[in-house]
Amino acid sequence: MSPATPSQFGPPKPAPVWLGWGAFLFFLFTQVYAVATSPADAMMGHLQKMMYVHVPAAWVTFAAFGVVLVASLHFLWKEDERADLLAASAAEVGSLFCGLTLVLGMLWGRPTWGVWWSWDARLTSTLVLFLIFVGYLSLRSFVEDPHRRGQWSAAVGILGAINVPIVWMSVRWWRTLHQIQSNPRGLSPEYLRGLLLNLAAFTLLTIWFIWRRYEAARYERAAEHAAQAAALGDNNG
Amino acid sequence: MTSKRTKWGALAAVGVLAVAFAWLIYGGLDSNVVYFLTPKELLAKGTEGYDKPVRLGGQVKPGSVVWDEQKLDLRFAVTDGTGEIAVQSKGAPPQMFKDGQGVVVEGRYGRDGVFKSTSLMVKHSNEYKAPTKGERPSEMYKSLMKSTGT
Repeated sequence: MSPATPSQFGPPKPAPVWLGWGAFLFFLFTQVYAVATSPADAMMGHLQKMMYVHVPAAWVTFAAFGVVLVASLHFLWKEDERADLLAASAAEVGSLFCGLTLVLGMLWGRPTWGVWWSWDARLTSTLVLFLIFVGYLSLRSFVEDPHRRGQWSAAVGILGAINVPIVWMSVRWWRTLHQIQSNPRGLSPEYLRGLLLNLAAFTLLTIWFIWRRYEAARYERAAEHAAQAAALGDNNG
Repeated sequence: MTSKRTKWGALAAVGVLAVAFAWLIYGGLDSNVVYFLTPKELLAKGTEGYDKPVRLGGQVKPGSVVWDEQKLDLRFAVTDGTGEIAVQSKGAPPQMFKDGQGVVVEGRYGRDGVFKSTSLMVKHSNEYKAPTKGERPSEMYKSLMKSTGT
């Protein structure tokens, strides 16, 4: 029995438009709300506002890799190619937010630390996470056969996911320039509200992005199968 | 179609690989990567600690900061509560440099007992507090932006 083909699954469930608009409008609201309602930090002034984009971007990076991990395991287990496409979609969106996390962090680090970059465990492991995303995506473009592509990239996705808890714990396991995670007690309530709202907004946006990307990936795969069938001749397809 | 047994085998292999991979990374980093030494640790190295590129981290000892604006010469002491090392740095310090602040300096510890810093970094804590009344955050912000606009 050969692995399932998209024709068996039918067209993908489209991402609802209201979710996209809702996520985008909610994101605009939470950004404006957070910036407008929070006073300048006693030490760093309005640079503190960076937490409303840097921290949520980092959070959805971790969440996206979580999707890659679960979908990769599911693909190896069930050989359902939809899981492979979901993992690939999550990796694309995750790499975007991981890059964003790095850049936003550098913009904050220059005026705060005095340097754009330093090779401490948190910054280095986050860069490694970005490279794993990039490696995962480039591996996919190198492997021709869809089924083998799925298996190889699932292996990379599962192994690469080990780095997520390493990034998270790096600030506690090793001495770093980067501060450890803030907790609600160390955060004035006017900052905490804006941060939590933006965490929710970034999560919704990420769900929307992954869903849309997955939808496109399903059509791409269907076209791939159709092209393969045409190349082999209609008798075999 | 692969059998159930092959699947379990493949999953176990991935699991073993994963654990090995994590152990390699974690074990390797743990023993080799120390981002900075505290003054106590650097002093404990004795003559071994001199003239080698190293990072030193700790608190700026309150009252120790001397800033010569003409020569762009900054001197202060880094302390960890037990040990203390005098640091010399060239150039204006980052805006958030102040008494009691956590810092990491890159440079070499000289035989004259002075740490010559080539790079001064200010460590930020994980706390964010709205300013108490009387402070002027808006003006801090302006001066901050001015200093980083270079």
